[in-house]
Amino acid sequence: MNHLLRELAPISEAGWQLVDDEARERLTPGLAVRRLADFDGPRGWTYSATNTGRVESAGGGPVDGVTATQRRVLPLIELRADFTVSRAELRDGDRGAVDVDFASLDAAAQRMALAENTAVFHGFQTAGMTGICDACAHRPITLGDDFSQYPRYVAKAVELLLEAGIAGPYGLALGSDGYTGVVETTEHGGYPVFEHLRHILNGPIVWAPGVGGAVVLSLRGGDFLFESGQDLSVGYDHHDADAVHFYIEESFSFRVATPEAAVTLDGTGV
Amino acid sequence: MGFDQYHEPPEELPAETRTFARLATSLIEEAEAISWYQQRLAVEPDAAARAIMEDAQGEEFKHFSMDLEYLLRRMPDWRGIAKGILFQEGDIVERGEAAEAEVLEENGDGDGGAGPPGAASSDGSLGIGGLKGEGL
Repeated sequence: MNHLLRELAPISEAGWQLVDDEARERLTPGLAVRRLADFDGPRGWTYSATNTGRVESAGGGPVDGVTATQRRVLPLIELRADFTVSRAELRDGDRGAVDVDFASLDAAAQRMALAENTAVFHGFQTAGMTGICDACAHRPITLGDDFSQYPRYVAKAVELLLEAGIAGPYGLALGSDGYTGVVETTEHGGYPVFEHLRHILNGPIVWAPGVGGAVVLSLRGGDFLFESGQDLSVGYDHHDADAVHFYIEESFSFRVATPEAAVTLDGTGV
Repeated sequence: MGFDQYHEPPEELPAETRTFARLATSLIEEAEAISWYQQRLAVEPDAAARAIMEDAQGEEFKHFSMDLEYLLRRMPDWRGIAKGILFQEGDIVERGEAAEAEVLEENGDGDGGAGPPGAASSDGSLGIGGLKGEGL
């Protein structure tokens, strides 16, 4: 048994299958970072820090005539979202029910995806994590309210990347409202904005809850590094007469290796 | 051209399992190519031809190793056992038995992580991993 204590949960194998399937299904659409950044790992729960290759002064050596430095590492952060499932609902699932109430799990999955996106795009300073938008070396492009103008903004962002010598293909992370607006909008002549953007980027447009505005970034690799310790997992916490208490958990670090490889688009409407 | 890498109907397999199967098949093909070059080198007397084949075999070493690393990253138990065997001194079989026992003890479930990627793996992970290049 590992730290997730899954074997201690009072549910059947079929029940675990339902829980895992539901968690995977609800998590995957919102995990924007994993569609755009380099994913490395998983390296396991015991993996604690990413090597940065950097050192800092250790304030003088332990004896005269000897210098000392200390390795600087990037500690992994742990994210956890709790949820419950009714034991009666799990028993119904064992009987073959196809509409088991996983509302709490679904909400936890959404929170986890939101947290992962927010930390990676906007940083998590208290944990020492710098986000893509924080690190970005280019001045933000201001978005207007008119979604039909988005191709112009995205083309400008791609031009900035090209001028900086950052090759494509490129991806676009769009916050929830921005994504909906882009999908719903057509340009003069009826051409869908979504398709026009894909043509400009030569890469994916990703729904990214938690992202304020939008971000255009290179997908060439080596620029945005997501290192997974424990990949997204469901663990068991405790149970009572009515419900089983679970959690979704992961550990990871994130680094921006090339601040010039992303352009942020700030503004209204998103 | 068939789809022999699938042992189950591909339409019933999750996308990550299909990718896993493709890389597993690629791993097999690279190992075969290494063996073929080894046999050709054993009988080829021409030095120039040997140099070319040695260079080509080196490419297969690289491909095999990349395939293997990809697969190991997606199966923590396989990776754990491999770490106990690869690049270690001593008796290979003993190292293998010890590595397997260690991983099984860590998991406490004895299934050795043999479940398919896409199902919860023995470390409890949902097996989501990277999704790069996949838009919505």
